[in-house]
Amino acid sequence: MTEEKKNGYNHRQACGLCCTTIEDLGVVRGKTVILDHVNLHIHCGELTALVGPNGAGKSTLLKAILGDISHSGRLSYLNAIGGDSVKPVIGYVPQQLEFDPGSPLCVLDLFAAARRRRPVWLGAGKRMQRHAAYQLDRVQAEHLLFRRLGDLSGGELQRVLLALALDPMPDLLLLDEPVSGVDQRGMELFYDLVSNLRRQNDLSIILISHDLGLVARYADRVVFLNQTIQLVGTPHVVFSDPEVIKSFGLVSLEGIAPRPEPVAQKIELGASHGKRY
Amino acid sequence: MENVINLLQWLLPFEWMQYHFMQNALLGVILVCPLFGLMGTMVVNNRMAFFSDAIGHSALTGIALGVLLGMRDPLGAMIAFSILLALGISLIKQSARSSPDTIIGVFSSTAVALGIVILSRGGGFARYANFLIGDLLSIQEREILLLLAVLAAVLVFWLIFFNGLLLVSINSTLARSRGKQVRALEIAFSLLLALVVTVSIQWVGILIISSLLVLPAAAARNLASNMRQYHVLSLVIAVFSGISGLIMSYYWGTASGATIVLCAAIIFFVTVISRQLLQPS
Repeated sequence: MTEEKKNGYNHRQACGLCCTTIEDLGVVRGKTVILDHVNLHIHCGELTALVGPNGAGKSTLLKAILGDISHSGRLSYLNAIGGDSVKPVIGYVPQQLEFDPGSPLCVLDLFAAARRRRPVWLGAGKRMQRHAAYQLDRVQAEHLLFRRLGDLSGGELQRVLLALALDPMPDLLLLDEPVSGVDQRGMELFYDLVSNLRRQNDLSIILISHDLGLVARYADRVVFLNQTIQLVGTPHVVFSDPEVIKSFGLVSLEGIAPRPEPVAQKIELGASHGKRY
Repeated sequence: MENVINLLQWLLPFEWMQYHFMQNALLGVILVCPLFGLMGTMVVNNRMAFFSDAIGHSALTGIALGVLLGMRDPLGAMIAFSILLALGISLIKQSARSSPDTIIGVFSSTAVALGIVILSRGGGFARYANFLIGDLLSIQEREILLLLAVLAAVLVFWLIFFNGLLLVSINSTLARSRGKQVRALEIAFSLLLALVVTVSIQWVGILIISSLLVLPAAAARNLASNMRQYHVLSLVIAVFSGISGLIMSYYWGTASGATIVLCAAIIFFVTVISRQLLQPS
C-alpha cells in the first residue's frame, strides 16, 4: 500500500474494490508458454491500457482474469477498508462475437439473456425492455434496442457490448478492443464514453488497444505486454521507450500526443511493478 | 390418449383419420416436430448440423451393438452409444487442434463403418434398411409416451438453460463473465441433442434426420427478427410441414419422413424468396 500513498491514490473515494493484484500469473497451452510471470496492480478509478504485438497474450490475460482459462499464479481483489478479499463484479467487452450474422438475435434479447432467468424465447417483457433501454441510453444506443446484432455497425456493436458490460455496474471492467470494423469517429466516441464512465463510477478498467494515439490520450497507465510485462508506466514513458518504438514501428512521438500528466500520477520505473523484466 | 384421438378426429374429419396407424403417426408427428423445431433453433445458431448428422449415423452402430448383445429392442443400446459418441466428440473437440468438422467426420465415419460391418454379417443388412428412411406409421402407444417424456424434458431444459446456451453461442468468454458454466452447458446440449436424435431416428430415418432439425429453424431465421419470433416460427413451420407431409405421404404412398422434410424444404425456399422480395439489398 505504500506505493499507493506515494502516488496519491489514497485520496480517492473508496469503492467496493480498491486494488486488483495479479501475482506471478502464467498461462501454458500445450507446450507453448503464452504468459509468464505477470505481476500487475490495478487501482480503482484507473484506466490501464494493455498494448503489445500480435500474439503477445493480451486477450489471454483478460480471459485468465475472467477465469475462462486455467492459469498459475494468484489473482486477488482487495477492498478499500480492511484490505479483505472480495469477489468483484467483472464486466467484459469481447473483441468479437462468434454469433452468426444471420441470427435473429436482437439487442434486447442479448440483455435479457444476460440479465434474466426467464428464457428469451418467451419474450423479454416490458420491464426488461425499459431496463435495457435505460442501460443503452448511457452509451447513446437506445435506438438500437430492437435491431438485430448482425445489422449493427462495428462501433454500434461495441457500444452495445459496453452497455451490457456495465449492467450491473462492475468493479473491474475488461475491454478487448476490436482490431477492425470500427471507424475513427466511433473509436473516439467509445473512448469518451469509457473515460466519462470511469470518472463517474470510479471504475477500474483494463483496456486492450491497438490505437496508440487514443491510448496516449486517455490511459492513465500503459502496460507493454509480450509474454510477460515488459514495461509499465505513463503513456509518455512507455511510448518513449526505444523498444516499444521499434516494436510498433513508431517513427517518433509526433503521431501520438500524450496529455500533460500530473506529477502524482507518474509511476516510477524501478518500483515493484514498474521495472523492466 | 382416447380423448386426444377423439379430439384429433373431430378436428381432422378425414378418411385417413379412421386408421389406427394414422392416428398414432399423427400423434408422433405432433410430438417429434416441436422437438425438432425447438432444438433446431440452437443447432442452426451453433452450426451443429453436421454433429446431429453424425449422431444420427451412429444409430446404426447402436443397433449393431444391440444385436450383438442379443437385445430385442435396440433403443437402449442406441441411446447409450450416441451419448458416448456425443461425449467423446465434445471432449476431444476442446483439446484437439483439428477443426471440429474433421473430428466429427472421423468419429461418425468410424461409427457408421463399424455398424455396417456388424449388421451386414451374412448379408442381412436389408433387415435394417427401414432405419435409413424411418417408418412413422409403425409407431406404437408406448413409443408415443416415450416421445412425450422426451419433449417434456427438452421443454424443461429449454426453460432453465436457454439463456445460458444463447450467451455461450454468442461468446463463451462473455458467458463466463456472466457466471455461466460454459463447458457444462455445451456438453449438456450435445447430450440432449444426441438423445432427441436417437429416440426419433426410427420414425424419421437416419438419412434425413438432420434436415428435419435444420430446415424449420433455417426457414424461421429468414423471417424472424428476434428470439421469440424465431422460436414461434420454427415451431409453426415444423408442425405444419409435419402434418401436411404426413397427409401427403398417405395419399401418395410415399415414406412419411422424407415427405415431411420435402414440405419443410419447400417452406424454406418460400421464405428465402419472400425475404429477397421484402428487402431488396
